[in-house]
Amino acid sequence: MTDKKANENDKPRIGVFVCSCGSNIGGFVDVPTVADYAKTLPDVVYATQNMYTCAEDGLSSIREAIRKHNLNRVIVASCTPRTHAPLFQATCEGAGLNKYLFTFVNIREHCSWVHMKEKDLATKKARDLIRMGVARARLLMPQEEVKVEVEPVGLVIGGGVSGMSAAVSMADMGFPVHIVEKDVELGGFVRLLNNLYVTEKGAAETIAPLIAKVKGHKNITLHLSSTVKSVEGFIGNYTVGIAPKGGEEKKLKVGTIVVATGALEFVPEGLYGYNQYPNVVTLTEFEILCKRKTLPKLKSVAFIQCVGSRGQKVSYCSRICCNVAIKNAINIVDNYEGMLGVMEKQGTLVDKIPVEKKATDEILERRRRRRGRGSEGEGDAEEVKLGPSDKIEVTVFNRDVMSYGVEHELTYNKAREKRVKFVRYTVDHLPKVFMEDNQLKVTYFHETLKLERTMPVDMVVLSTPLVAQPDAGDLSKLLKVPLGQEGFFLEAHVKLRPVDFATDGIYVAGTCKGPADISESVIQGSAAASRAAIPMAKGYVQAEALSSVVDETKCTGCGTCIEVCPYGALRKNEKGFAEVIIAACKGCGCCGATCPEGAISMTNYTDAQLLAEAKAALDEEV
Amino acid sequence: MADKTSGEWEPKVIGFLCNWCSYAGADLCGVSRYQYPTNIRAVRVMCSTRISPHLVLDIFKAGADGVLLGGCHIGDCHYITGNYYTEKRVRLMKRLLEESGLDADRLRLEWVSASEGEKFSKVVTEFTEHIRKLGPSNVKKDEKLMARVAAADDASESFRLRALSGKEFGLVTKGNVYNNKLDPAELDRIIDSATEEEFERSLILELSRTKPRSVKELGGIMELPTDKVLRHIVVLRQKNMITMEHPEGFTPTYKTIEIGGEQ
Repeated sequence: MTDKKANENDKPRIGVFVCSCGSNIGGFVDVPTVADYAKTLPDVVYATQNMYTCAEDGLSSIREAIRKHNLNRVIVASCTPRTHAPLFQATCEGAGLNKYLFTFVNIREHCSWVHMKEKDLATKKARDLIRMGVARARLLMPQEEVKVEVEPVGLVIGGGVSGMSAAVSMADMGFPVHIVEKDVELGGFVRLLNNLYVTEKGAAETIAPLIAKVKGHKNITLHLSSTVKSVEGFIGNYTVGIAPKGGEEKKLKVGTIVVATGALEFVPEGLYGYNQYPNVVTLTEFEILCKRKTLPKLKSVAFIQCVGSRGQKVSYCSRICCNVAIKNAINIVDNYEGMLGVMEKQGTLVDKIPVEKKATDEILERRRRRRGRGSEGEGDAEEVKLGPSDKIEVTVFNRDVMSYGVEHELTYNKAREKRVKFVRYTVDHLPKVFMEDNQLKVTYFHETLKLERTMPVDMVVLSTPLVAQPDAGDLSKLLKVPLGQEGFFLEAHVKLRPVDFATDGIYVAGTCKGPADISESVIQGSAAASRAAIPMAKGYVQAEALSSVVDETKCTGCGTCIEVCPYGALRKNEKGFAEVIIAACKGCGCCGATCPEGAISMTNYTDAQLLAEAKAALDEEV
Repeated sequence: MADKTSGEWEPKVIGFLCNWCSYAGADLCGVSRYQYPTNIRAVRVMCSTRISPHLVLDIFKAGADGVLLGGCHIGDCHYITGNYYTEKRVRLMKRLLEESGLDADRLRLEWVSASEGEKFSKVVTEFTEHIRKLGPSNVKKDEKLMARVAAADDASESFRLRALSGKEFGLVTKGNVYNNKLDPAELDRIIDSATEEEFERSLILELSRTKPRSVKELGGIMELPTDKVLRHIVVLRQKNMITMEHPEGFTPTYKTIEIGGEQ
């Protein structure tokens, strides 16, 4: 890099390189006259044309001219900076010129290719664009890129499968990792489940090795029953305050953060007789009954899909419930006996048995806790009349069965082979659940017969969507990362950066960014870990010199800039003035356009530079 | 050079395009060879949120016939919320242009994504033709108009309008310090009335810069009732921005106090 001071004080000596890009530019713009014109512009000491400026002879002509003509500003007029700027900037750096003294003028995408039938006018525009570039180049300043050290410690918020996967991946790479889990134990949502689809194993059994690995890993520190209370800093240098329930806050120094806080099951209050009739349960409650082997005696079970999702209470499809319902339907058919209440198998009660007491209490307690209310006013579960259990009928009321992918379609077919009935309903005719003569019944509209039918059932299982954690908003404020419309965390780019947040150094995995099944959560956890490990492995981050600069002589400390910055890249310093955290600043310029005192400017996108460039377009040709 | 380019008036259109969407959309437009009129001269900025009202109004002062701002679609901003602020600021810019008497249609905000190459050509073609219909901006020839556009520019730099346009988005989405979310329509009314006041005050300062003027004279030029002009002058005198001169006879006149050494 050249001596910074020398460039600041020297009079600009500009070199202009006009590229023909074969005939891409040369065919539609009179390149030789444009290069000649460039020589007439103020401070331009050298101008030439190249067939391909990006080819090796073009690049060496830049290097040579910098040396020979002592250039301290370089302009290439060719294609788009979005693809070729790094190449030319590197060439300048190689020749000892600070890369921020390079200016790109786009005369291909923005000129020759869009004005192919007007050579004169296109040539005039190319001249204007170069004049604008020269006006800008004259005001450019060399910039230093700031290197910031990265604390090689990771923090994972949430100890479910995605959080644990992320933590293990990072820990295996050798980085110390903290897991903050608000619950008393690891495992998250999966702990509640009975078995996992496609596998035959129990859910607890399946994730036990992962939990054991987390607990036994020398690089992982567990903070159970704890939550994040405060977050300060930026990529590489976060100070996170965590506290156990009611305990004292302690500070952790971490470099990167993975958010894996999971999701909750939607509580279908007021839908399909939930909390109104006994034996109307959600999918997860049903799994708990199965897992505890406390299922009451059943003859007929109805699953109702899409309860509350897809435009009812939430807009989205919860993605996993079709397959979870199919799994449970198969479980009932295959292994009903194995999940019955212990008393059932002994055959002590035959005709009329209550819903198993223990399970009922547990489920009522869960519902109470989720509603945050006391236990008053909750009636005991009513008794349910049941018939003999030698044959069990399972009906899945669905809007569409979304058994996507390789395995799920086969599972769906398997369920059909086992005579699980799939009955389609539409939003115009939602099934109704009601109680008649002490018997739970479902009325539905048969789409093929075009008839309303009623069937008695012993249990109704409501497939409700996963919904965002109610406290996701608090965490999003602490971390300054966005939530989407449905309250899930929002990634930086839906296709290309699915586990990054737009804010550097913070990553997202699992169901806190939307419904996902276990393998998907593991994939996301591992992906987030590998993304988070990049700056930690590198040891530093280099911030592009594209940031806000605060003029303390103008700043009044009003704090408006801090409010508008989407990255938390501004804070007040000890003098009460705004201060830019360069490593966190992305250079969008919102604070600069906002600052009521005009105290904030952007490096190399100053008002003066932008106005000079734009106004040069309005000048009559010299 | 055999020049078809001189002679007849051609619209001068300046574009400020954000790096991530509109500039990329313009690139794709080129790659796809969608043609559009040659009038536009684009300046690349990282985000449309960078464009303060001053940048746009100063460009109009310099004689631009039209200014096109291009950003990412709402919700797609590379910088998360940048374009929400752009939208608010453009509303303020248009209000100020209306005050100045320059057609607010000379400024246009368009969302063009990186995949909308064809849209970019359509937007530029349509906007250029629209400016052609509006005819040349007379800012540089019409002294009165120039004073009014300069006043609009000054008003845009006032603490009140900058603070309001910066805080507007937060006030309607996140709420104020009391956690009350403000009604956007109500806030618009507040900003509109502040815009009118700041513009009128800036115009008084602009008009009284070169020559001391009486309230009656100012009222005449500005087509404002004299009591309104007087009220502005009281505020400006409190702020020490204008001074009373030559109170001899019966008609005091007022002259702008120049701050700093810029003039």
